[in-house]
Amino acid sequence: MKRPLLLLMIAAAAMAVLAIAPQLGGHRIDPFVPGLPELDAHIFYHLRIPRVLFAFVCGAALSLSGMAFQAMFRNPLATPFTLGVSSGASLGGALYIRLGLGFALLGVPGITLFAFGGAMLTLAAVYLLTRLRGGFGTTTLLLAGIAINFFCSSLILFIQYLSGFGDSFQIMRWMMGALDIAGYAKLLQVLPFFLAGAGILSVLVHDLNLLLTGEELALSRGVAVARTKKLVFLAASLLVGSVVAFCGPIGFVGMMAPHICRLLIGHDHRWLAPATLLFGGLFLVACDTLARTLVPPAEIPVGVITALLGGPFFLVLLLNRKGGADL
Amino acid sequence: MSFSIRNLSIAFAEKQVLDNVSLEVGTGEFLSILGPNGAGKSTLLRCICGLLHGWSGEVRLAGQPLGTMGVRARARTISYVPQSVAHRLPFSVFDFTALGRYPHLSPFSTLGREDRKAIEAALDAVGMLPFRARRMDTLSGGERQMAMIAAALAQGGRILVLDEPITFLDYRHQVGIMQTLQRLNREHGYTVVAVNHDLHSALHFSTSLAALKEGRLVRQGSPDDFRDEAFLETLYQTPFRKLHLEGRELVLPEGLLP
Repeated sequence: MKRPLLLLMIAAAAMAVLAIAPQLGGHRIDPFVPGLPELDAHIFYHLRIPRVLFAFVCGAALSLSGMAFQAMFRNPLATPFTLGVSSGASLGGALYIRLGLGFALLGVPGITLFAFGGAMLTLAAVYLLTRLRGGFGTTTLLLAGIAINFFCSSLILFIQYLSGFGDSFQIMRWMMGALDIAGYAKLLQVLPFFLAGAGILSVLVHDLNLLLTGEELALSRGVAVARTKKLVFLAASLLVGSVVAFCGPIGFVGMMAPHICRLLIGHDHRWLAPATLLFGGLFLVACDTLARTLVPPAEIPVGVITALLGGPFFLVLLLNRKGGADL
Repeated sequence: MSFSIRNLSIAFAEKQVLDNVSLEVGTGEFLSILGPNGAGKSTLLRCICGLLHGWSGEVRLAGQPLGTMGVRARARTISYVPQSVAHRLPFSVFDFTALGRYPHLSPFSTLGREDRKAIEAALDAVGMLPFRARRMDTLSGGERQMAMIAAALAQGGRILVLDEPITFLDYRHQVGIMQTLQRLNREHGYTVVAVNHDLHSALHFSTSLAALKEGRLVRQGSPDDFRDEAFLETLYQTPFRKLHLEGRELVLPEGLLP
């Protein structure tokens, strides 16, 4: 009965971070001090709280998608970033900015739809590529991801080249990954995608466990493997696409959070999924708080922080990997 | 539980892998499938376990056509033990066996008392209860195979299908696995179907045998029907010799004799 306790501790840590993070920033704001200046109250309730919550949701979404990819490809290095799904979504977003579109469908902003479409397409492409090579070995997977990353990056550069200075700067700034939002509007827009994606994954926890033992064995145990994989793709695209649309590609969260949680709580997705959700949220909130406070009054794009932490982590994972391609 | 196969055919990329195979296996039988490499044995097992698409013909499990069964219902009827799982399995023996309960669980349900009983009974039946907390990756090949069988038992089906269960194992574990399968067959009433490259153990442990060659079923019968050097020679394309040793009859490939 160690796992429930661990999960509880992660939840407590997440709560603590959510409580402390909004108080930190350019200057410390304690909302419980009597006679809080109106400006501070505004900063606290309309800038910092929504931003922290937004960071939490984005971190949780990226981590959950990473966890799902890692189970499905049976590979710890499979993440939205390494698979090229983030760049696919970015390409969709860049295309949207370049085209100067400004539409919304059923209340969903066009950029989200474009990023979502980009995520779906790249995911399908990576999957087909690994299929052609007949396996999900680390090499195949990473090579396919790299190829797609290069391809999408080139196209984004091309789009930037064709763009005017304004669009180009907007695309570049967005590509760095940032969580600077004001007010609750964006939070409310990303939330339905997050809930849908996380909801789909939550009914698939048993299936993900069985996929870890191999597709054939999973099928023999009664998992509708083809359907499960489609659902995982859909959920991951919803999660990654919406996050990338709102804050650009934030790398490595999807790799680090599930991996650390696996070390803490094991590979059973009934425990791993909630732990990853909480830890991923906590992690991105912490990174974003660092980004906001490290060099005040300037803000470092949070993607820079996660990449700085994630790069070395990725190398350690790659070098420490035992038994070849598998988890 | 019985099953039957009628006119089963399947082709991969123009190559006919199974060609009109018909086979009846009664309840409580222990069927060993023999045949040279590439004869379609594994494909046959995969077809009856519902793991392949695109075959023609008819497969019935306990009288019910496989095509009309849902994946979960099929999984509750027939369990598959693959030849070898190459990748790491990051689960304890208990948790891995518990994964066998999948077709009995709904997405949000946790293991109930019934499930725990089934898991413990399965582990007990193969003597793996003492290993329940060990990680799958730390087991030896034979222990791992036992755990694979336990997980298949926990699945609840009465038909057990195994693809080369003793290949790659040392002699002690070969004996252990075959004796366990025999006990499951005789004492617990499981219908066992196993592909086996080891002629000795196939003849000794099974109640009936079938031989495949180039995708065709070339013989189905009792162990005695298979103690036939001429037939084995055409099956495996190498001469066989029958030996008598202390009142026991052995059939061995000529080339392996001193």
